[in-house]
Amino acid sequence: MPDSLAPNLSVAAVNEPFRTRSGGRIDRAKPLSFSFDGQTYSGVAGDTLASALLAHGVHLMGRSFKYHRPRGVMTAGSDEPNALVTVSRDAGRTAPNLRATQVELYEGLSAISQNRFPSLQFDVGGINDHFAALLPAGFYYKTFMWPRSFWDRVYEPVIRASAGLGKVPTAPDPDRYLQRNAHCEVLVIGAGPAGLTAALAAAESGLRVILCDEQSELGGSLLADTTSMIAGKPARVWLTETLAELATFSNVTLLPRTTGFGYYPHNHVGLVERVTDHLASPDSAQPRERMWQVRAKEVVLATGAFERPLTFPENDRPGIMLADAATTFVNRYGVKPGKRAVIAAANDSGYRAALALAEAGVEIAMIADLRRNPSGSGYDAARRAGLSIETGKTIAGTSGKMRVDGASIASVGEDGKVWNTQDIGCDLLLMAGGWTPTLHLYSQSLSKLKWDDAIQAYVPGAVAASQALRAAGAASGAYGLDAALSTGFKAGAEAAVAAGGDGVTTRVFVTISAEADASTFLGAMPHNRDANRVRAFVDFQNDSTAKDLKLAVREGFRSVEHAKRYTTTGMATDQGKTSNMPMLGVMAQAQGKTIPEIGFTTFRPPFTPTTFGNFAGAARGDLFDPIRRTAIHHWAEGQGAVFEDVGQWKRARYFPRQGEDMHAAVARECKAVRSALGIFDASTLGKIEVVGPDAAEFMNRMYINPWTKLGVGRCRYGVMLREDGFVYDDGVVGRIAEDRFHVTTTTGGAASVLNMMEDYLQTEWPGLNVWLTSATEQWAVIALQGPKAREVLAPFVEGIDLSPAAFPHMAIAEGRICGVKTRLFRVSFTGELGFEINVPPSAARRVWEALYAEGRKHSITPYGTETMHVLRAEKGFIIVGQETDGTATPDDVGLTWAIGKAKKDFVGKRSLARPGMTDPKRKQLVGLLSVDNRTVLEEGAQIVADPKQPKPMTVLGHVTSSYMSAALGHPIALALVEAGRSRMGETLQVLVPGKGSVAVKLVSPVFYDAEGASLDAV
Amino acid sequence: MERFSGLSLLRHALGGHQGWKPFWREPEPKAEYDAVIVGGGGHGMGAAYYLAKEHGLRNIAVLDKGWLGGGNTGRNTTIIRSNYLFPESAALYDHALKIWETLSQDLNYNTMFSPRGVLMLAHTVHDVQVFKRHVFANQAAGVDNEWLTAEECKAYCPALNISQNIRYPVVGGALQRRGGTARHDAVVWGYARAADAMGVDIIQNCAVTGIRRDASGAVEGVETERGFIRTKKVGVSAAGNTSVVMSMAGLRMPLESFPLQALVSEPVKPDFPCVVMSNTIHAYISQSDKGEMVIGAGTDAYTSYTQRGGLHIASHTLDAICELVPMYRRLRMLRNWGGIVDTTPDRSPIISKTPVKGLYVNCGWGTGGFKATPGSANLFAHTIAKDEPHPINAPFSLDRFVTGRFIDEAAAAAVAH
Amino acid sequence: MLIIPCPHCGPRPELEFRYGGQAHIARPVDPSPLSDEEWASFLYSRDNERGIHAERWRHIHGCARFFNVVRDTTTDQILASYKTGEFRPEAV
Repeated sequence: MPDSLAPNLSVAAVNEPFRTRSGGRIDRAKPLSFSFDGQTYSGVAGDTLASALLAHGVHLMGRSFKYHRPRGVMTAGSDEPNALVTVSRDAGRTAPNLRATQVELYEGLSAISQNRFPSLQFDVGGINDHFAALLPAGFYYKTFMWPRSFWDRVYEPVIRASAGLGKVPTAPDPDRYLQRNAHCEVLVIGAGPAGLTAALAAAESGLRVILCDEQSELGGSLLADTTSMIAGKPARVWLTETLAELATFSNVTLLPRTTGFGYYPHNHVGLVERVTDHLASPDSAQPRERMWQVRAKEVVLATGAFERPLTFPENDRPGIMLADAATTFVNRYGVKPGKRAVIAAANDSGYRAALALAEAGVEIAMIADLRRNPSGSGYDAARRAGLSIETGKTIAGTSGKMRVDGASIASVGEDGKVWNTQDIGCDLLLMAGGWTPTLHLYSQSLSKLKWDDAIQAYVPGAVAASQALRAAGAASGAYGLDAALSTGFKAGAEAAVAAGGDGVTTRVFVTISAEADASTFLGAMPHNRDANRVRAFVDFQNDSTAKDLKLAVREGFRSVEHAKRYTTTGMATDQGKTSNMPMLGVMAQAQGKTIPEIGFTTFRPPFTPTTFGNFAGAARGDLFDPIRRTAIHHWAEGQGAVFEDVGQWKRARYFPRQGEDMHAAVARECKAVRSALGIFDASTLGKIEVVGPDAAEFMNRMYINPWTKLGVGRCRYGVMLREDGFVYDDGVVGRIAEDRFHVTTTTGGAASVLNMMEDYLQTEWPGLNVWLTSATEQWAVIALQGPKAREVLAPFVEGIDLSPAAFPHMAIAEGRICGVKTRLFRVSFTGELGFEINVPPSAARRVWEALYAEGRKHSITPYGTETMHVLRAEKGFIIVGQETDGTATPDDVGLTWAIGKAKKDFVGKRSLARPGMTDPKRKQLVGLLSVDNRTVLEEGAQIVADPKQPKPMTVLGHVTSSYMSAALGHPIALALVEAGRSRMGETLQVLVPGKGSVAVKLVSPVFYDAEGASLDAV
Repeated sequence: MERFSGLSLLRHALGGHQGWKPFWREPEPKAEYDAVIVGGGGHGMGAAYYLAKEHGLRNIAVLDKGWLGGGNTGRNTTIIRSNYLFPESAALYDHALKIWETLSQDLNYNTMFSPRGVLMLAHTVHDVQVFKRHVFANQAAGVDNEWLTAEECKAYCPALNISQNIRYPVVGGALQRRGGTARHDAVVWGYARAADAMGVDIIQNCAVTGIRRDASGAVEGVETERGFIRTKKVGVSAAGNTSVVMSMAGLRMPLESFPLQALVSEPVKPDFPCVVMSNTIHAYISQSDKGEMVIGAGTDAYTSYTQRGGLHIASHTLDAICELVPMYRRLRMLRNWGGIVDTTPDRSPIISKTPVKGLYVNCGWGTGGFKATPGSANLFAHTIAKDEPHPINAPFSLDRFVTGRFIDEAAAAAVAH
Repeated sequence: MLIIPCPHCGPRPELEFRYGGQAHIARPVDPSPLSDEEWASFLYSRDNERGIHAERWRHIHGCARFFNVVRDTTTDQILASYKTGEFRPEAV
């Protein structure tokens, strides 16, 4: 924003009665039009929504959370608790709860107020304020309990409706959010005088520096400083020159509108840059926000300080604001926040504000200083200016409804006695309560805060292990411009050195500026009214008062965390920026303790509220999680396949033809495989190459099966357990050579099986000479299954004799197909003659299409996972994850035969001997046939002996898989049933909720071709 | 104990609320108690309450190293449900749910239990199989749980996006209507107030530093920051710090403690009517009475006692929230915090006697302990008082890790195929 | 997100790694003679140290190697990292 050095009497001055005639960092030549609650106003470039409304004398900007009290703007920055608005571009681009003090004005901006009905001026919720006596802290814990059913039906909905602030957008947010990583040696957060000099010092070392600030312009307090001189120049000129100097460094990144929101382990800092919110017509190529994940060697926190409000009765009326906020509105935005001001001062900030207001033509009715003997440059200047100063004064109350119209000023003695109340008319009441260093990020880093009695504030203490940060300027408790500039430069130089930089210089910044002042007052200000009746607000947004905090203490909530939670103080959307220290002051008073004895609440990220979009970034839709597609995917898509998600893979579930539902398609596919030929994409199966002189020994240890005697060129079905004895994975393993196994895993298990193998190999048996390589992406797998499989396959294969004798069931051979290398398995998960053709993915589509073309002679039929499931169930083959669920032993699912009996040890073996694993009452895999021969059972359905028993029923087992078998013409199911193998032939009942039960007969889980005749069909 | 009601509120209002008494005393620890509970969270405070109320043990103390409810009780997302798969689990959690339903009246303190329904979303064929199995198992166990189609999910929770334009579209869900949320702080405060009224000593800021055992190995008392306290029964209910406390008695536990993060949005007007959970894409969300969207994130990968975790964990869960409810992308995170969750190998809790006589432990609740608070407390009190488990918590013994009789809810829900 | 110093590759962000639990719990060479209690202790009992903790990580998106890290679980500060099979540094 350019300085408007020359007075420019434009429309702004005419239309905006509270706009100053000149000055500020606004551009009076650029008028803007905006609306608030439907009414159109004017503003100028450089305004915030708050400053533009104040230019029209509008202070009422919100309603409080609990009592719905009218509230005006209280601050000029990110600590604002009151002026919360919803800004909307359209239904999806609607953002609730924005602080009017941070919303940059643009042409056409549309904002509405919140938490009021029907209007901000007249809010029926304001009735709560009249019943405030009935609504002390925690009132809801003590009532709303009768009758019992009324809580969630009556009371809670009413409470919910009156709570909340803005409304959720009604349409999806169409904007984009991006994230980027950044590395730098020195990250400086906050670009006020301390941050600027820190960045300068670090920049000179040549290291990478990032300087960010939450505001639209870099400069911090300098943006509103019209009186100080730095190095012989006005502060604003020094700022302009310094920013220009920083811009000349190629190693410096300057980020305005960028908030450091979170400090994470190992110096990982999250920044959010607001890219387009301030623009009237954002470029759609730009993201709305960009998250910077910065990994900084060193961090300098130059985050300044927040001014403290004062806790006096009725301190919450519109027109009551922080002194420094008033200074900012006048000096930076050229706006007078009122006509006649009273200033309640416990710190020189009040004098600074009074002088700035007076110069802009605001009448200063009184500076009521709580201190008895104030002194210093601010006091002297105010005195010289002839302002009315009264000392030893407290505020005993205020008047006014939608706007403050008077303050009761009273004398206060050293003993706290209050007398001589006088009412003074005003439309602006400023609070100068002293300062709180902004140490949110410091605390988030787990670094310690320590109490500094001299400035009555927490300041940086010991830095947390594995973090590297320091604070400078007001954030470190070093108040005043001099200290900010010097401690900033020093911190920047030290950070640069710590980060390995050299060439750091020293600089001295000579200033003429107001003396630093750390005076403050914490706790409820003294007054002579009934303390049980008046309300002095501590958390303005959540409406918690000094009285509430005292009640909490009275009821035993002595811990600051308890009082915070009981009264909700510090839990509003400003997260206590204006309320934390006043809360500690009141609690200390109430308990007769010092503030450090009270303790403090933990700071949590984010520093200011941060959009969900910022965190989610680009992860939406297809980018939410990678999509894995096989080489055959697009072919299947072209055939109209319906896909399912299996892990990250897309797998073809079935291939419906016109008019078919899933059941019809699956029945057709099943028949085709059993009668002629089916083709199936098994590429998603995990593949691991186990190679080395000790490969067989490694396999012996990892799998339950014996591998030593498996011949080269032969395959075996392998089962892997976890060390706790439960089935973890399964798959066919082929022996390619003495020292080489081709291991297949389940689709979902591929990565974790490899990880488990690597774990044992690397950490338990490093002496085994074995290498493991994931080969999942190296081989596409085409399963050709059905009586015609060999006939169709043979013409394409070179180098492998496919005759039954030379290439029997469970054989594997390497050769060529369609001119490319293949690992050909003769295996069958269907019970039919079958081959699994492993080829490089680049050739898979060509091989698939060649086989498909050849197979058309036999009506080759592509089938999906659903048909695969039916065919294997007909054969009684389990699916890990369906028949097993992480709680099944090999014996439970009928795999005891696979265990290498002679093996002394394998992963999981010892666990199988535990009593719980050998219990005869364990559930065992069985087949189920519906006695009526037509009911297809529901998967997951529960099996009982007596369906009429009372609940909770004694359940004997559950259905794991259930299908209509096209081959058999009746339904089949697999189930796990308590001692199932000893119940063969028994009839049990499968519950059908709401409909009773279905009688089932327990049978062998192998329904089709138990002899395996089809495997060798010719 | 003063009876709370709208009338008492009115009466005190007339007195400017000066007459309210402390919820609990701040006693000095006595030299000896009949039982000492270590850990003043909901589970520990509740156990003291039930020991006093149901077992007549009133000379007891609850010790906490910080402030009451400062651990996971005050850090969780308050989801309450009982639709667990295995009958042992369903019995345990439903025992708790039944107590929740009348807890406010029982404690004369509004714990704001709100049965707004817990909807668990299915996104894959495998999810459907798993959740339907849950539904059928729960129905046989007498625990309510029903299957909803995607459209029915949308009707129950209109904010949900059930369109096909997301990576893992919603294909249905399992709904437990009796499930919901409660006000976490109120639970521990309500228990504390009621227990205090029966004579239980609540001693905050008093860390246990040792467990003293006699020659036979039995518990003799606890060493604390405020001196030795003699007792023959110690119930440890210390959540993430359980391993630390149990090691004082020489026991190594089958536990690992991980950071678990949660977060809330700024408050907004009512928009999200129930609890929605998605294990597949890791999203857990409900809206508090105050209007904040309360969102559970995952655990960080490594053990830690720092009560904070990495940025990527919170980001990951908000990816999922923005997929499920794309209108929430412009809502803003207000506060993000962490707790320490103690997890067991089978992801089920331990409420058990231990090999040390007089030492009892209630732990291992992982990411889901809040929902069980009253049931767990009630059963732990039984176990301590009778020196033997209640039939409901008998399967949740330490011994199951020796016998292999796991109650593995996680494996049953989460295995891939 | 932590920065994990892989002894083979150097410091890398946590996302490249997979946590592997407590370190130095060796699988018994012959599990068969162990009692159920001893076997359970190997399988499940963990120090779960509040303080200095030796733990395993795998640089799964890097060199794919397992290695050991000594970390303070109260601060997440990493004090040492060393290769599998090496002894825990005595200083930490």
